[in-house]
Parts: sequence; C-alpha cells; structure tokens
Amino acid sequence: MRSYLKTLLGATAIAGVTLAGATAHAAETIKVGILHSLSGTMAISETTLKDVMLMLIEEQNKKGGVLGKKLEAVVVDPASNWPLFAEKARELISVNKVDVVFGCWTSVSRKSVLPVFEELNSILFYPVQYEGEESQKNVFYTGAAPNQQAIPAVDYLMNEGVERWVLAGTDYVYPRTTNKILEAYLKGKGVAADDIMINYTPFGHSDWQTIVSDIKKFGSAGKKTAVVSTINGDANVPFYKELGNQGIKAEDIPVVAFSVGEEELAGLDTAPLVGHLAAWNYFQSVDSPENAEFIKTWKAFTKNPKRVTNDPMEAHYIGFNMWVKAVEIAGTTESDAVIDSLIGVTVPNLTGGYSAMMPNHHITKPVLIGEVQADGQFETVSSTAGLVPGDAWSDFLPGSKDLISDWRAPLSCGNFNTKTGKCGGQGS
Amino acid sequence: MMTFLKSRTSLLLFLFSLFMFVPATTSHADELADKINKLAEGGFNDRQKAINELAATGDSRVVPALEALGDGLLYMQKLGNKVVIVERAGSNFKLTDPITLEALGEMPKGALEKIKVNNRLRRAVRDALGGLQLNSKKPADRMAAAEAVFQSKDPDAIPLLDAAIEKETKADVKKAMLEARAAAVLSSDLDDTAKLDAIKVIETRSGRDSRSILLGFAANAEGKLKSAAEESAGIIERSLAAWAAAQNVWYGLSLGSVLLLAAIGLAITFGVMGVINMAHGEMVMLGAYTTFVVQDVIRTSYPQLFEVSLLISIPLAFLVAGAIGVAIERGIIRWLYGRPLETLLATWGISLALQQTVRSIFGPTNQEVGTPDFMSGAFEIGQMTITYNRLYILVFALVVLAALMLVMKRTPYGLQMRAVTQNRAMAGAMGIRTDWVDALTFGLGSGIAGIAGVALSQIDNVSPNLGQSYIIDSFMVVVFGGVGNLWGTLVGAMTLGVANKFLEPYAGAVLGKIVVLVFIILFIQKKPRGMFALKGRAVEA
Repeated sequence: MRSYLKTLLGATAIAGVTLAGATAHAAETIKVGILHSLSGTMAISETTLKDVMLMLIEEQNKKGGVLGKKLEAVVVDPASNWPLFAEKARELISVNKVDVVFGCWTSVSRKSVLPVFEELNSILFYPVQYEGEESQKNVFYTGAAPNQQAIPAVDYLMNEGVERWVLAGTDYVYPRTTNKILEAYLKGKGVAADDIMINYTPFGHSDWQTIVSDIKKFGSAGKKTAVVSTINGDANVPFYKELGNQGIKAEDIPVVAFSVGEEELAGLDTAPLVGHLAAWNYFQSVDSPENAEFIKTWKAFTKNPKRVTNDPMEAHYIGFNMWVKAVEIAGTTESDAVIDSLIGVTVPNLTGGYSAMMPNHHITKPVLIGEVQADGQFETVSSTAGLVPGDAWSDFLPGSKDLISDWRAPLSCGNFNTKTGKCGGQGS
Repeated sequence: MMTFLKSRTSLLLFLFSLFMFVPATTSHADELADKINKLAEGGFNDRQKAINELAATGDSRVVPALEALGDGLLYMQKLGNKVVIVERAGSNFKLTDPITLEALGEMPKGALEKIKVNNRLRRAVRDALGGLQLNSKKPADRMAAAEAVFQSKDPDAIPLLDAAIEKETKADVKKAMLEARAAAVLSSDLDDTAKLDAIKVIETRSGRDSRSILLGFAANAEGKLKSAAEESAGIIERSLAAWAAAQNVWYGLSLGSVLLLAAIGLAITFGVMGVINMAHGEMVMLGAYTTFVVQDVIRTSYPQLFEVSLLISIPLAFLVAGAIGVAIERGIIRWLYGRPLETLLATWGISLALQQTVRSIFGPTNQEVGTPDFMSGAFEIGQMTITYNRLYILVFALVVLAALMLVMKRTPYGLQMRAVTQNRAMAGAMGIRTDWVDALTFGLGSGIAGIAGVALSQIDNVSPNLGQSYIIDSFMVVVFGGVGNLWGTLVGAMTLGVANKFLEPYAGAVLGKIVVLVFIILFIQKKPRGMFALKGRAVEA
C-alpha cells in the first residue's frame, strides 16, 4: 500500500511545480540551483533552507552580485521523493544551466543525486550533518561529519559521568552508521556491551510509550544513563512529549540529539524539556555580531519576527560565501576551476570564527553542546576549544580507518587507502 | 572523615536552628549576599562549589536564590556584579533582591548577564533545596524535599532527616523521609547493620528508582551487604516484571484508542458509504490545525480560557472538517459513486491539495499546540505509569464511539442513513432525499475525523503531514474489524494496539509493525470481510 502511495506521490510531483525565477537573459546572470523539497515529508525542514538561499542570493545581489553579474535563483521541488531528486538535479544542470546547486537533506537524496553531479560535472553544496563515509569530487559537505557532532557530544556526557548509553535512532542510513561509529567509540573507551542499548524505530513513529519506558528501565541499573538520539524528523515531537509526560527529567536521564534544532523545538512546549541537549555547530543563541546581523536579516526577509535560525542554515551561509569567494578567485563559474579554488577558502562563520574548506571537501567548524531552554532556544554549555576539521572517513570503523580523502593534485582521490597506497576501496 | 562529617553537620544543625528563631543580623546578610554573588563567578565547577557552600549555610533564606538559579532566572548585573532574581516583563526584566526579596525596579536585558546552569548544576540545586526544605511548613515541600534527598543520597542530610522525621506528623511524608534516610545511609559510612536495615526499607519502597539505588550500591559493596542488596533488587525486579505486563496492556489499549479515533470517521465514510476516502487523514490534520488556531486566538485574546481550549476546539473542529467534507462530497465524490478507482485517485489528489494548502497558509514547520494542565503529567498505579493525556484520549475515543452509535441507532437521521446505504432506490421512494443524506453522512465521517485531530494534536506533530501517518492505520483497522461495523472497528483497533505493544519489546518497533501487517494480510486472506462481517443482502449491494 505504502509503495503504491509513493508511486502516486511521485507521479503527481513529476507533473508538479517548477518554481523557476525570471527566465530572461541567461547570459547576464549566474544561475544558482536550489534543490530542496517544498512538499512531502521533508518540506518541514527543507523549505527553510530554500528561503535562506533566496535571502543569501538577494543579499549578494544587493552587494553587486558576483563577477559583476547578478545571481539568479532557480528553485525546483523534488517533493521528498528520492529518485525525483536525481531527475530535478539533471534538469537544473542540463536544462536550466545552473553553475552550482545548493540542496538535499537526507542522505538518501544525496546518494541519489551523486551520479548526476559526477556525470555532468557540476557542484553541490550539502548543508546537513551526515554519517560521513563519503567524499566526492563534486560535492562540498558543509554540515557536520560524525567527528564534528556525535563524538564531542558523547565526550561531553562522559565527562558528566554518564556510564550507560541508549543509542536511539530512526531506521535509516544516517542513524545506523552514526550509531555504529558511536558503539565502536564507546567500546574503545571501555564501556561494556551491557551498558549500551540500541533501538531503532520507523520514520514518523508516534507511539513512544514502550520505548520511553524501556529507557526508564535501562536507566534504573544504578549507573548514570544518557540517551543519544539520532531520531529524525516528525518522530521527535511525540518522543519528547512522551519523555515529558513520563517524567524523565534531563537531570536524571539527559537526551542528546543530533537532529533537533531550533526549528524542531518550535513545535513543542519546551518547559518540561529544559536541560536536554543537542550538539550542533551553531545555535541561534550564539552571541556574535555576525549572528545578530544574520538573524536580523532573516527575520526581515521572512517578515516574521518569530522565525528561528538553525545549524543547516548556517551551513548554507558558509557554503554560499565560500562559493562566492571561490568564484571570485577563479574568475569564472566553470566547475573545475571553482572546485579547485574552493579548497583552502576561508570565510567567517556565524559563531564568531572562521571556517575553511579542506582538501577532503569538508569544512572546519566549532562544536557546541547546548541545553534546551524554556523559550525554545539552546544555551551553550560546552564548546570545543578550537575548530574541528571534518573527517570524511571515520577513524572508528574498521572499513574506513585507513582511508583518507584529498582532492588536491596529484592525489585527487576521495578514498585513498594509506595501507595499500591505492585510490579506491569502498565508496566513491 | 567521620568526625569531620559529624562536626560539619552538627554545625549545620546549629546554624539552622539559629536562623529559624533568631532574626538575622546585617553582617549575616552581607555574608550571605557575598556567597550568593559567588554564584556568578567562574565556570560550572566553581558554581557547583558555590551552591554547596550555600547549602551548607542551612539558611532557608537562600532558597529563593537557588530556586531561581535552577529555573534559569538568576542574573548578574553587569555593573557592580550584584546577583538578582529576574522576572520577564516585556523587553525589560523586573529585578528582585535574592535575599530580602525586595523589588529593585526594572532593567533592560542587555544590562544583565544570565548565570548559566547545566544539568549537573540543576541536580546540585535540587539536592541543596532538598536539604533546606525538610523543615518547610508545607507538607508538599517537605515531600518534595524528601524525594530530592532520596535522589541525591546525600549522607550529610541524615541528621537533618532524623530531626525532621521526629517532628513529622504526616504519615506519607514521614515514610518518604524514612526512605530518603535509607538511601542516604547507603551512601554514608555508617555500619553494616544500619545499611542492612536501609536495604530493607528501600526494598519495601519498590519501583525503578529503588532498584537503581540498590544496584548502584551493590556494585561497590562487598560480602553480606552486596548479596542483600542484590537480593532486594531481585525482589523489586520480579514485582516490576509482573507490573510490566499490566503496563503493556495499558500501552496497547492506549495505542488502540489512538487508532480507534483515527478510524471511526473512516468507518463511516468507507465502512458505511463505501467511499475509499484517501483524504481522511487530512480531515484529521484540519482538526489539529483548528485546535492550533483556537489556541492561538485564546493565547492572544483570552488567556484565561486556555484550560478549556480543547473543549472549545472539539465542536469547531467538527464543523470545519465536516463542512469541508460536505463540500468534497457535493463537489467531487457524488459524481464518482460506483467507481472506486476514480474515487481513490480523486480523494488522493484532494489530500495532496489540502496538505499543500495548509503548508502555504501555516508554513511547513510544526505548530505548537499546548497541553492544558489537567492533561499533563502522569500518575502511578502500583508500578504502572499512566500519563493523563493518554488516559483522556482513551476515554474520549470511547465517548465519541458511543455518541456515534447513538446517532446511528437512535436518531431519525441515523435511520435514514442506514436506509440509504442499504437500499438507495427504496429509500428514495420513501421520500428520503438520498443525495443530502450522502452529503451529511460524508460530513459526519469527516467531522469525526476532525474531532480525532483535536485529540491527536496532543500526542503528535501538528504539521501538514499529520494525516498521512494515520491513513494507512485507519484503513487497516476498518478492514480488519469488518467493513460497515462500528463494533468491529472498536475491537479491531484495540486488538491491533495490544498486539503491536506485545510484539514491540521482542521484535522492536520496526519488525513489530511488519509482523502485524503480515498478520493482517493472512487474516484478510482467510476472512476477506474482516472480523465482524455484515451478513445478509446489504453485503451484496
């Protein structure tokens, strides 16, 4: 039944919307593709990213555009349908002739468009935290790799005396890989297998009674317990509601989440959740002049004083500015030149520092741990001393330990095996 | 260590009694103010020390400051570094002195700096307050204090507890204090007999916390104490296991009630009328958004009505979803009777259109629907936790079902409806306006879906996707229970709920769902008309 519905959805969406901008005078503008779902299940998260891209492009145009040309946004709607992402990406590159694409949210949508970007040699900026284990020539990962989010969060909790761990996630590739990395990491730190509970739930899971009471039970073994949550999307609200109702307080069993940001909390009464944690590279509450300016522009752009900002928005902010700078360095929007000049580009991030694009196409970021406050914001309780470089290949998984990625000549390889000295292995 | 503890705690007691009866002198107040101002200094570790120092004063006047700190309402004035309690008043803060509780006027946010707390500090505050409030005048405070000591297991609190237990007149508070004392004894360095007694006390308390304390104690204990603690933990575990089965039944019924609510409306539109209504989920969603709008209006204009916002929403959600249901029936479905495939496609299209409309109006993000106080929290029966929102939803689902049955069986309109669905031509010949009965029936089913949305807004996301997650389950329930039979819908929903919950602990949530689906497929093979099939000529129509 469900797949039948999906096909239906797909069919409707193919026929559906292409919100292209002005079509006039292609040569005088530089086209920027925006590939985010505006309908379907992921619209809840991705629509915001489309808006933030439109805002960034508008701001850049006010400053005179890039290379003396105005930027023009081309928006398409892949409708939360993974195969459609590939079709829409192809449409953006071959039909609309965009020079760069900002888009995707879920890992499966990214995997779906990878071959297209490779084949047509274009550029994709991917703004969401993900499971790593990938480095592709045409993709720039501005979200966090596991070592920029999950590992520091676990370190923080360990420091707070947590000895027992619940790894709860939605059943798909990002939580599964992240939990695999975390499990190996925790065991490496001497945590016994008995002290780790792993639990997966389907997308959109809404009845959390049993699982929350299991967590309660697991947490009553006399050791300090914490939940590491890779629960994604819609399932979070009922999960946190159930936590609050069953009286699990952050002081007793804290939950640290990697997919819950200011946007997700906006749909929740956060008073019972004060103290639960999230690990990101950016919080709206960060006190820096760049951030204050960004929030002001965002609220003015959306004409909504209540709109919040979140981490993937910052990732697009960084990615967009990096691309602008790289284009100016290269003096052209031609893919190969821009890809080469992107490496090493450094731009300010919103947390008061600078982020640099590294040879493995990941960026350097600070890692912040925040606690939920009653007003739906996070308060930073811990941040890394310096910037953490994103690691494409986890050091804690047997298959990827020996792999490195370096897209500079002469190596130019996304999965160089340091043991065998050869490019190639797993992944692209 | 022992003597140090003793001397420290007796000093504490002394100080405590001193402050209870002697009005404080200025120098004491200054000293206290200094200690409170220290909360603003350094990092989390320094702050924790400052909290412990404040707790050690045993002075009940530090309670407001600590409470404010725990709630994140303690701020430091950037000028002069004075610590104050704040209350939000628009863009300004209303300031209160943390010791004298005198009002200190207002200040803009920018002139103040929040004293940050994290979970560890909140725990420290809770522990400190526990010790300080054991002598409070309100029994509820004393109860909470005893509970806090039970959690903190702070051995320093034993003398305070002893004193408090002696004075305590309320039996339940006294029991809680004795249990708190037992927990504290286990982490103190008292002798083994005292600890063995404490283990027994905690064993009789039962519950997860008790098991947690005993296991934590056993991990570091030796010999007799270790075995006694483990044995008691085992006893608690067995009683918990028995309760767990009851708890599971409850979870199952509660999940069943959610399924029932989502499916009742469909039992009318699909079950009675035979329309495959793929937009049913969106009617649920519209009900949830109606609740959101009602609450939004109430929040801005009539905040005192918030507690009854859901009651106001119920009829409105029924009207909104019902009216849209009637419009859909009049506009689209009535042209498609007898053509199930076209109906399916058309209603699916309607569902997408409704979703995108809501997304355009309200935005794609979740909307916050508040929970009134009477629906928040949980209570316990033995070792079973029952959350109020789930309880109310269960009751509500049954009430809706009963009301619907009453309408169907006891009103002229119900009679007409049944007549039309059983034999349209004959009903028409008897003077029933069959097309209007169709429209009203579809409206009734949609309206009930809207009511379900009000209830579901309490446990799920209020987002444009809300309906999609329920449409499959609703069809499953109606088909499994028997098309056209409301009792079947009830039994079907409850059976699926309980089966799901009993599978979940063994198979996991993902596999559990698959197993249930496979079961239904097999069941439908065997009994294509569901559990309670309608019999007679009506079936053939």
